[in-house]
Amino acid sequence: MHTLTHLERLEAESIHIMREVVAEAERPVMLYSVGKDSAVMLHLARKAFYPAPPPFPLLHVDTTWKFQAMYDLREKMARESGMELLVWHNEEAAERGINPFDHGSLHTDMWKTQGLKQALDHYGFDAAFGGARRDEEKSRAKERVFSFRSASHGWDPKNQRPELWNLYNARKAKGESIRVFPLSNWTELDIWQYIMAENIEIVPLYFAEERPTYEWEGGLFMADDIDRLEQVLGKRPQITMRPVRFRTLGCWPLTGAVASEAKTLADVVQETLLTSTSERQGRVIDKDAGGAGMEKKKQEGYF
Amino acid sequence: MADASRHPTYQADALIAEDIEAYLETHQNKQLLRFITCGSVDDGKSTLIGRLLYDSKMIFEDQLAALESDSKKVGTQGQEIDFALLVDGLAAEREQGITIDVAYRFFATEKRKFIVADCPGHEQYTRNMVTGASTADLAVILVDARKGVLVQTRRHSYIAHLLGIRHLVLAVNKMDLVDYDQGAFERIVADYRAFAAEIGIESFTAIPISGFKGDNITDAPSAQTPWYSGPSLIHHLETVELAGTAAQARSFRMPVQWVNRPNLDFRGFAGLITDGSVKPGDKVRVVPAGKTSTVASIVTFNGDLGEAVAGQSVTLTLADEIDCSRGDMIAAADDPPQVSDQFEVTIVWMSDEALKPGRGYWLKLGTQTVTASVAEPKYEICVNSFEHLAAKTLELNGIGVAELRTDKPIVFEAYGTSRQLGGFILIDKFTNATVGAGMIHFSLRRAENVHWQPTSITREDHAALKNQKPRVLWFTGLSGSGKSTIANEVEKRLNLMNRHTFLLDGDNVRHGLNRDLGFTEADRIENIRRIGEVARLMADAGLIVLTAFISPFRAERRLVREMMPEGEFIEIFVDTPLSVAEARDVKGLYKKAREGQLKNFTGIDSPYEEPEAAEIRVNTVEMTVEEAADHIIRQILPLK
Repeated sequence: MHTLTHLERLEAESIHIMREVVAEAERPVMLYSVGKDSAVMLHLARKAFYPAPPPFPLLHVDTTWKFQAMYDLREKMARESGMELLVWHNEEAAERGINPFDHGSLHTDMWKTQGLKQALDHYGFDAAFGGARRDEEKSRAKERVFSFRSASHGWDPKNQRPELWNLYNARKAKGESIRVFPLSNWTELDIWQYIMAENIEIVPLYFAEERPTYEWEGGLFMADDIDRLEQVLGKRPQITMRPVRFRTLGCWPLTGAVASEAKTLADVVQETLLTSTSERQGRVIDKDAGGAGMEKKKQEGYF
Repeated sequence: MADASRHPTYQADALIAEDIEAYLETHQNKQLLRFITCGSVDDGKSTLIGRLLYDSKMIFEDQLAALESDSKKVGTQGQEIDFALLVDGLAAEREQGITIDVAYRFFATEKRKFIVADCPGHEQYTRNMVTGASTADLAVILVDARKGVLVQTRRHSYIAHLLGIRHLVLAVNKMDLVDYDQGAFERIVADYRAFAAEIGIESFTAIPISGFKGDNITDAPSAQTPWYSGPSLIHHLETVELAGTAAQARSFRMPVQWVNRPNLDFRGFAGLITDGSVKPGDKVRVVPAGKTSTVASIVTFNGDLGEAVAGQSVTLTLADEIDCSRGDMIAAADDPPQVSDQFEVTIVWMSDEALKPGRGYWLKLGTQTVTASVAEPKYEICVNSFEHLAAKTLELNGIGVAELRTDKPIVFEAYGTSRQLGGFILIDKFTNATVGAGMIHFSLRRAENVHWQPTSITREDHAALKNQKPRVLWFTGLSGSGKSTIANEVEKRLNLMNRHTFLLDGDNVRHGLNRDLGFTEADRIENIRRIGEVARLMADAGLIVLTAFISPFRAERRLVREMMPEGEFIEIFVDTPLSVAEARDVKGLYKKAREGQLKNFTGIDSPYEEPEAAEIRVNTVEMTVEEAADHIIRQILPLK
């Protein structure tokens, strides 16, 4: 008798989900954001299809404002996994010079939400894996593993398909697509434990280090590209070297740093367990539109 | 509020701070329990879950601050914290103060991780509760101590039992509002015991709690219930036996999800083991085909395994090159699962559009997808009184027992034996929505016994003798569109060309074969199904069959199409606008329908679903009967 641990059960479930998608979808893709959840998702994909490489490409919907360390790891992981890497830039956002300082939530909408839709339409992907978890946010808690999207990428929370046992309905009409969340049942702690147990490489920004930081609208941020920062702001902000790390990774001007001394994985998990602010707090996105920010964004096609 | 110093998770903080590695070591090896909570908002269900999250420290400071401000704004607990606001996630739910959908929550204690499916309690959300229950090992049934066992308590218990949940917890909540009265608790437990026996629930655990105050949630007995000698809710959740244990003791089964062929030297079968365990060298059988082989290796990214067990996702290689693909099952050679195409099942209907007996739906069970049709239910079960009611169909949230048949044999186990090999979903072929879920009771016959008797004269022989390629020319269109007239003209021409034909229409079918059928939607579906079967037999005999029926639903036309070999079914859309057909009104039927004397008349009070990709379309406004017939003949040439 071998009683499976919770991590073994979660792993088996995620692998089962990925294989169902590959068996039933015509053109799947994995959305790869280079964060820790993406790292776990990619690792699970490599396990699911071993010895073959995962039979779908990686898609990074880029905003041009990600941390340099993320771009570096992205290239490395694509090479190691033997997967094709597709990078998408919303050209309209680039032409209009949309940036996180001047355009606030429009930056997220143009680069990420619209960019994602453009990329999915452009390549004709009918199923896209995403690394979202149900413990992240209230509206995610009610989303299906196979989340059905209309031809215009909208999500209708009141009209979701019932999902029973481990049976997933991947059928859809032409033009419609499915977002699939293989990590639905993982918690933040599960992710960290799994990274530790499986020795998964993650972006070094998750670990504390002396980094150049500046303060902006009450938050602490890292100046990942000082020249560009100066260019957009019109002045050079006060830069201070501080030991900081990041709990989530996104665009560097939108991702709050936390003061920390956690230099190893064990330190990070320790800090996570003892900390008392929730993970997405460093991100500005959830607080729009009252308590329903994420739900509204998802209806509009955000992941 | 629970005493923080006694709480297990609070004690853990010390270990986390002192020796994180030791802490993680113990937590790597936690087990996972999935459970559901059922009850209505009034029973304090969301409050209980909020309490579990709060007591196990799954709520962070910023969430707590938001919760406190929300509690004052829209909460129902005055100035106190309204835990329900933590879990009612969707905007519509917060506004209306109800839980609409299943929400999944996560928390952990020292011993286990938990996934809670928070299910809505109202009868109109039965399907949501069924969904949450399908993956749960345990159900917490909430009862308000002031109200006792209600109709909804019975409904929730019945559904949990129906979905195969073996561990039931009767949580008598709001004990604080009855002054923690032992008598009140015991009366409720006695009531529940009597009812539970009635529906076959063998055992349950009753716990007096207060989700709001925290009594008997983490520690028992609370100071308020010294008379209670059982476990706290958390303690019970931490110690109850897990379902995976029983699954491993059964014979080996692994539905094949995907065949892994990275190169010519490797052929692996990927799947999630549902039952039993497997080792290299084990004799296995691939069902339904029945060929046997031996497991060569269990391949994983982290190296080959010496053994794999139920619940793991693996890739197997076999010693022999045998046919095996998605939908097949690799099973213990000496104890393979059953195979059948006719079943008695319980069905839970989940769509606003009622079940259509006889219609073909996609059925997904494990990794198999086949076409299935459900007969008229034997009975519907009233989820409140458990009476068996006569039923012609099942509406949204209806639960009934019916016979089901599939278009080809499937590999299965009774749901009572294996949830994963006995539970299935039904998918509408046009909307692609999941419209129903079902549980197999047993096979009505063993499919092995009805294997086709191979006949010496094949359908090819029949066709060759007639010097023609059999076809079914399926005319569809509104009443009065000209189907029969054009079909008749086409048959005349085929006859002149020395072809063997037969025309099936309302007159020769309705008066004989189908005279027991009326015009309800279910009867119309059965009508078309029978015509399809007859047309197929005639095509097997080598004939060119012409049929002229309104056949208004795409699903039924598709059902018939799928009965035939590829390319043999020719759908001919006789396209006549309703206004034109109604103006013709050859039989005076439209007039009667407009006056309300004829019910369910296509085009008037019953829909006509136009073909989306008919092989042939004739427009009777622009074409004469002769032109239409010419056009059709040209399209179906050559005839052999």
